[in-house]
Amino acid sequence: MEFTYHIEGGDFSRAGAASSEVKKILKQLNIDLAVIKRVVVALYEAEVNVVAHAHEGIMKITLAPDSIEAVIADKGPGIPDIALAMQEGYSTASPRVREMGFGAGMGLPNIKKNCDRLEIESTVNAGTTVKMTTFFTG
Amino acid sequence: MQVKEIMQALSLTPCSGHQGLDREITGGYVSDLLSDVMGHAREGEAWITLQAHKNIMAIASLKELAAIILVKGRRPDEDTASASDSEGIPILSTPLDAFETSGKLYQLLASPSGESLP
Ligand SMILES: Nc1ncnc2c1ncn2[C@@H]1O[C@H](COP(=O)(O)OP(=O)(O)OP(=O)(O)O)[C@@H](O)[C@H]1O
Ligand SMILES: [Mg+2]
Repeated sequence: MEFTYHIEGGDFSRAGAASSEVKKILKQLNIDLAVIKRVVVALYEAEVNVVAHAHEGIMKITLAPDSIEAVIADKGPGIPDIALAMQEGYSTASPRVREMGFGAGMGLPNIKKNCDRLEIESTVNAGTTVKMTTFFTG
Repeated sequence: MQVKEIMQALSLTPCSGHQGLDREITGGYVSDLLSDVMGHAREGEAWITLQAHKNIMAIASLKELAAIILVKGRRPDEDTASASDSEGIPILSTPLDAFETSGKLYQLLASPSGESLP
């Protein structure tokens, strides 16, 4: 099963909408609630990163019998140093974004903690692709 | 304890999401950093914050928080209030600051009958 959602950069009024749709579907499918909780945290953080840092993106969810895979791909500035961006507390968020309470530099660490496999690819001035997988058992 | 019991005990003003007033509050979390709440708050908790914009409702809904308590007299933005109504997650307001509000909520949850903590 596959679902794809569009994410608009800069539109904080809709931030979280795609993650919320995915959550509804996972609940309907009776996926383990503990798995849903983790997946939702990781999806939300990746979605908000597109809104806060990129121009536009997509969230593509693939459901397999044993796992859920999410690919969040955006067009945007890219991440020059991924290892640095993964460090808790590192953020380049704008003052406007920080005023709203984003920009703690905890989003990527939250993603890492809440999925089983994480791959981030990024090209400066082109965009970023975050691929996360969470397994239903184990 | 239910949201409405805490509302009465702490004299909180209900702003929106009234149909969720019988939700059960199991604990609290205090933060104005959204990804801190996303990463560390737990289902059923009351979130104490001064952020009043719509994104707090996205987080409350995704995390299935019991209620949001806005401190220092803050009120939810209009679109925040309507999201609270449609999600049935109440937003309550207090003139107190986050320190005072957390202290009172902590005491209440630790000892609902009102006797003081050891
Ligand atoms: N999709 C993206 N495009 C461009 N840069 C990104 C993207 N995602 C993350 N980054 C970069 O990595 C940094 C760290 O991201 P992270 O999500 O951990 O923190 P944040 O978004 O700044 O703050 P928070 O998530 O705590 O609100 C960002 O500040 C930004 O520089
Ligand atoms: Mg982030």
